[in-house]
Amino acid sequence: MRAASTFFWRRPYWYFALLLVPPLLWFGTVYLGSLFALLAQSFYAIDDFTAQIVREPTFATYKQLVTQPANVDIVLRTMTMAIAVTIACALIALPIATYMARYATGRMKALFYVGVMLPMWTSYLVKVYSWRLLLAKEGIIAWCFGKLGLSGLLDALLATPGIGGPSLSSSYIGMFLVFVYMWLPFMILPMAAALERVPGSLIQASADLGATPSQTFRNVVLPLAVPGIAAGSVFTFSLTLGDYIIPSVVGAPGYFIGMMVYVQQGTAGNIPLAAAFSVVPILLIFIYLSIAKRFGAFDAL
Amino acid sequence: MTAAIEFRGVSRVYGELRAVDDVSFAVEAGEFFAMLGPSGSGKTTCLRLVAGFDTPNHGQVLLDGADVSAVPPYERNVNTVFQDYALFPHMTVLENVAYGPRVRGMAKTEREARAREMLELVQLGAQGERRPAQLSGGQRQRVALARALINRPKVLLLDEPLGALDLKLREEMQIELKSLQKKLGITFVYVTHDQGEALSMADRVAVFNKGRIEQLAAPRELYLRPSTAFVARFVGSANVADAALARKLGLGAPFAIRAENIDVQTESASLSPDSVAVPGAVVAVQFHGAASRWQVQIESGEVWSALLPDSRRMNGVAVGSRVRLTWPREAAVPLASPAG
Repeated sequence: MRAASTFFWRRPYWYFALLLVPPLLWFGTVYLGSLFALLAQSFYAIDDFTAQIVREPTFATYKQLVTQPANVDIVLRTMTMAIAVTIACALIALPIATYMARYATGRMKALFYVGVMLPMWTSYLVKVYSWRLLLAKEGIIAWCFGKLGLSGLLDALLATPGIGGPSLSSSYIGMFLVFVYMWLPFMILPMAAALERVPGSLIQASADLGATPSQTFRNVVLPLAVPGIAAGSVFTFSLTLGDYIIPSVVGAPGYFIGMMVYVQQGTAGNIPLAAAFSVVPILLIFIYLSIAKRFGAFDAL
Repeated sequence: MTAAIEFRGVSRVYGELRAVDDVSFAVEAGEFFAMLGPSGSGKTTCLRLVAGFDTPNHGQVLLDGADVSAVPPYERNVNTVFQDYALFPHMTVLENVAYGPRVRGMAKTEREARAREMLELVQLGAQGERRPAQLSGGQRQRVALARALINRPKVLLLDEPLGALDLKLREEMQIELKSLQKKLGITFVYVTHDQGEALSMADRVAVFNKGRIEQLAAPRELYLRPSTAFVARFVGSANVADAALARKLGLGAPFAIRAENIDVQTESASLSPDSVAVPGAVVAVQFHGAASRWQVQIESGEVWSALLPDSRRMNGVAVGSRVRLTWPREAAVPLASPAG
């Protein structure tokens, strides 16, 4: 044991190899390998007659993706939802994360962290189906609106073209609510971690130099928390882009990217198109991160 | 003339801890005022009370005669140089310095011209476009100073500003800070735990201990006439004789005697009549260049130190030798409070 320790201490490269080779094998083959296998599939196409995959590199599948209006609709619909969910999560998370990171101490802080993470300890499916019940036409939310004499308001909301529907559980509004609920912790936690890293003396220095609390927030706290907000928004954005269960259980009948991937690789047997669809979120995240970088989101790292 | 800063019976209590305990003092405009004490003595809390980062539980803090106990930091005409400098990492040096005028609504060209002037003042004119992370510790310190001075505050608060610098740089900055203060005529309140720093720079020094001011005096007075055992030990590194020892030596009250006033003799040497002597055993002799510090354990068990020129070597005296510590009677400084 001692001899082995000495061996690794004198030869750190062997130590790093021992440390990294097993996880890198897993990460490289199982994780990245399957991803690249999938991406490679997107450059094949399906033969319309035989429904067989033609194993020759082609952009035909991508052409199909960007030229068929139905497919473009799916991408736009998913992207709009992901953007809306990300913005809503950021707006709700900011005050909560600020309180958790900068003001709460001791038991209060523990309570908030547990409260944020508690929903993640339950099955995802259970939560989605319970939201369907909550949002149903006869559900508790509609009932509350009724008791408060606000049924008219709910009906007006549901009558909104594009996002409305016969009930909350079968409208995009309902789907949006469930998405925001599901991914909120993924926004709060990185945001709180980022806010917690801002040294207290910087905030005092800002106030000392004459900045009001709102100026301090805009000029000092927010820029330093942006990497955390960016990390959180990558979570909410990509989770919404890739999810297929929430759109199939709650909301209007329109397809989302995740559902399309599921259908194409399953019942339709069109793996190339499924693969091409799954490239879309990767591309969108990449574009999003490039824009964030251009705006200096990661300068403080 | 109203004082630049005045504390009237100020207390700041955190739960059980009395961080600042019924403190009253006044700082004159244009004064270089040092708050000296060990960590946890309340000096930094007093600074935070002046800056407005904290509010007193009791008493009043006055700036220019006006009670500011309920005024937030951003409405006080006071600026701070922080111990960790607290430079904004996402801004350039110039943007850091221009921050004060910026949040007060000064136009960009004007505030940047002002910021450049301030950087010239601290000899960093060429570094404006760099980030704080690219600067050395001494340079960051100067940026923090320029940033705090750009608003032309009435009072500049400095919280252990030189603590993170190495010795040579610290000595240079001490001289620079002092001359800057003279040039600008701003009131400086300087918090430090380094008595050398406080004595060499300040016009007056308040010595803090356990949330209270032990003594407030000019540096020379503080060094030559400490009023309490704590001040004698902390400021002058003096030896303190408690009441029992004083009585035994035929001196009424407890007293302090500084190391440089003590001579070490062999037991056989003759004693002059106006000297006081205490026998003891040599514990250690530390070489300090120009002088050597002799650590001698006296009868009570305490270890006293004597500072002798290095040329004063004694034949046959080594660690463990019996010696006598002697000093002229008038060199002893009587202490007001009991030795503790």
